[in-house]
Amino acid sequence: MLAFTIRRLFEAAIVMLTVALLAFVLFRFVGDPINQMVGQDTSLEDRLRLREELGLNDPVPVQFARFVASAARFDFGISYQMKQPVTAIISERAPATIELALVAALFAVSLGIPMGVYTGIHRESWLSKLFLSVSLIGVSLPTFLIGIFLIYVFAVKLGVLPSFGRGEVVRLGFWNTGLLTASGLKALILPAITLGLFQMTLVTRLVRAEMLEVLRTDYIKFARARGLTLRAINFGHALKNTLVPVITVIGLQLGAVIAFAIITETVFQWPGMGLMFIQAVQNADIPVMAAYLLLVAFLFVLINFLVDLIYVRVDPRIRIYGRGV
Amino acid sequence: MTFRPLAVVSALVLALAATPAAAKTFRYAFQGDLNALDPYTLNESFTLGALGNVMEGLTKRDQDLKIIPGLAERWEVIDPLKWRFYLRKGVKFHGGEDFTADDVIFSLERMRSPGSQIKTRAPADMKAVKVDDHTVDFVLASPNPILHAEWDTWYIFSKKWSEANGATQAQSAQATSLNPFALKANGTGPFIIVSHEPGVKTVFKANPNWWGKPEHNLDEAIFQTIKSDATRVAALLSGDIDMMDPVPVQDIDRVKSNPNVTVLTGPELRTIFLNMDSMRDELLYSNVKGKNPFKDARVRKAVYQAIDMEAIHTKVMRGMSANSALLISPLLYARAGEFKRWPYDTAAAKKLLAEAGYPNGFEVTLDCPNDRYVNDEGICQAVAQMLSRIDVKVKLNAMPKAKFFQKAGQTDKYDSSFNLLGWTPGSFDSWNVIANIIGCRDANGKGGLFNYGGYCNQRIEELAQKILVETDNGKRDEMIAEAFRINHEEVGVLPLHQQALAWGVSKKVSIVQRADNQILFYWAKMQ
Repeated sequence: MLAFTIRRLFEAAIVMLTVALLAFVLFRFVGDPINQMVGQDTSLEDRLRLREELGLNDPVPVQFARFVASAARFDFGISYQMKQPVTAIISERAPATIELALVAALFAVSLGIPMGVYTGIHRESWLSKLFLSVSLIGVSLPTFLIGIFLIYVFAVKLGVLPSFGRGEVVRLGFWNTGLLTASGLKALILPAITLGLFQMTLVTRLVRAEMLEVLRTDYIKFARARGLTLRAINFGHALKNTLVPVITVIGLQLGAVIAFAIITETVFQWPGMGLMFIQAVQNADIPVMAAYLLLVAFLFVLINFLVDLIYVRVDPRIRIYGRGV
Repeated sequence: MTFRPLAVVSALVLALAATPAAAKTFRYAFQGDLNALDPYTLNESFTLGALGNVMEGLTKRDQDLKIIPGLAERWEVIDPLKWRFYLRKGVKFHGGEDFTADDVIFSLERMRSPGSQIKTRAPADMKAVKVDDHTVDFVLASPNPILHAEWDTWYIFSKKWSEANGATQAQSAQATSLNPFALKANGTGPFIIVSHEPGVKTVFKANPNWWGKPEHNLDEAIFQTIKSDATRVAALLSGDIDMMDPVPVQDIDRVKSNPNVTVLTGPELRTIFLNMDSMRDELLYSNVKGKNPFKDARVRKAVYQAIDMEAIHTKVMRGMSANSALLISPLLYARAGEFKRWPYDTAAAKKLLAEAGYPNGFEVTLDCPNDRYVNDEGICQAVAQMLSRIDVKVKLNAMPKAKFFQKAGQTDKYDSSFNLLGWTPGSFDSWNVIANIIGCRDANGKGGLFNYGGYCNQRIEELAQKILVETDNGKRDEMIAEAFRINHEEVGVLPLHQQALAWGVSKKVSIVQRADNQILFYWAKMQ
């Protein structure tokens, strides 16, 4: 187990170094941050001095080495735009994104799995067909359209939910949460549905496909022959055996949901990391972009690692194989 | 400690009951963020406007942008090199500090600190001399008729407070330690900042001890950023906010059709124009080799006359623009009415091209920002299409602003042959335009830094030097007119239009829309 973890950490370091390098090569194409930082009347001398002070005149390898050296100490510099340390901005923004992503994932799983199981078992029922057609809309409509549509219906027409923002937040130590206030919970509904709809569809379709596969296997037939209840067969045996691929996908999708909540966050003006990243790109705010990309890379590595650990719990075969080695 | 939900709930109810039922809260949204609260670190109209509710300069500007007394009750020009300002007495900062001449002198030093982005608010060689606690003399090295033109946004800091809070220097961009002022504010203005989360939400409350007579009836104002156009419109329509800026051009009619809201439109100060590289001997992005067609004033005029501004006004801008013959808004120059655009005339344009030796036109690339000005990319597309009628084949190269300003501007040494730019003179004065936009520059940007085409006329240079120090208004305006006339005749830089402002406002609110697009809610009234 220890060797496994160490190997994974080593891999993580390589992945993140690669991401940082790629990011730095890309930053040369996002444009010049200086014009976004200074006023239009700032003199040429002051502009040139600022470039020099920020080290933007140094060759890319030098800038990269400097970045890696300070990143290793968790120092990502000061945002060009917000004039605050990047680590402070990210820790301020991360709770919003993580809460949104977790609620969206919960929504996707808690609806997706039952719908998948149902449509897998009752293939011909009209309800299955309804679920499948609705879920088709979920995958085929772009996120921003779904978001705008929900805002239009629930905020503008019905006036029951807020059109943007996170509502009132409560500070618990380093974490700020919107889950403890009524306005915070209300504000969470539309973005979570928007963000989770695609994942829900994915989970539904995956569970359905896996269920169809598993229900045809011999041990399910034997279980039926033994006279077990349908409930025990469908959920105790069939569903459990569909879970390995489902967990992989949910895990990776959770990473994707956190990392790429950008569109949902923009549509709902959700004060999370995605919105922060978009703003950083528009203004060529290099310290924020670099830190965010590294964080996303780290998240994926971490989630992959956790998913591997969960496998071992869910599938005894992996456990036995692991012991043998 | 045991958790007692009932106690918490009753405390909440009490807290709610304690707020007066008629509390008037003005909620507004803008597409951009309010980041650092130090008004010396970002010279940008939205930020300066938001902080203009909280902090004040020696002067202010009224609803028509006329200079009026602010923290200075009055001032006089004792001689062309000495201005005397008489400060308002009995003014207190939000923190309780008294406002005196020392604060003005301190603010001048702070404005000149290395991290400051507003150093051009006053000449570098100007000295401030304290006469007494409420009188300050400003001593100049050369006459300056527009000395106080930008002092409405040179906000005065409390010396005592800044020293106590370690905010004596403007936050510099590369600082490793953070200026505590980045997230705090202490001014003399009609509103006090209660809380500030950069990029999310800022809460203001009315200052009960303000020195002036309030022209608003608000108790509180809340600012939030809403970046997405569609969401900003939806937030206004759903009543979540009372005002927002800007309304996207294509949504104006839809917003107007809602009975609860209206769209406040008006001219903006920014002028949009086209730059043609008339500096290089050969264009960087063209099929003409060995010479530069844009060096010939006839070619530039041909481009001018081939652009159908009426079509751009009605189709691209949907009426939300005012075509302009000048590089400055007519609101900012008294004699603007004397100038008329060259007529749209493709036949004349073709003739000019033929005379210049390009009867079959030529190819050129147009660099254009796509997230900076109202419908910037749309304007460029229209221009490209219109120029094809005189056989000038334009390849459009649209890009985000960060990239655009790098490529077409000084950073990449003006790596562009043809581009679109917008400009609002910070001083609201023509000299700023003449110096920055049509003033000669060298290849590295020394001189007219935003003269992206490198147009240069020595007579305009001479005039600019004289306009800077001329104190007689009539003579000054005459010289400005001459400089603009030269640019008009030679089409050094090609003016297109002033874009318009469009604010979405709830019918519960009346607010003043000033042409500089500052949102000043000290003029807002709510039902």
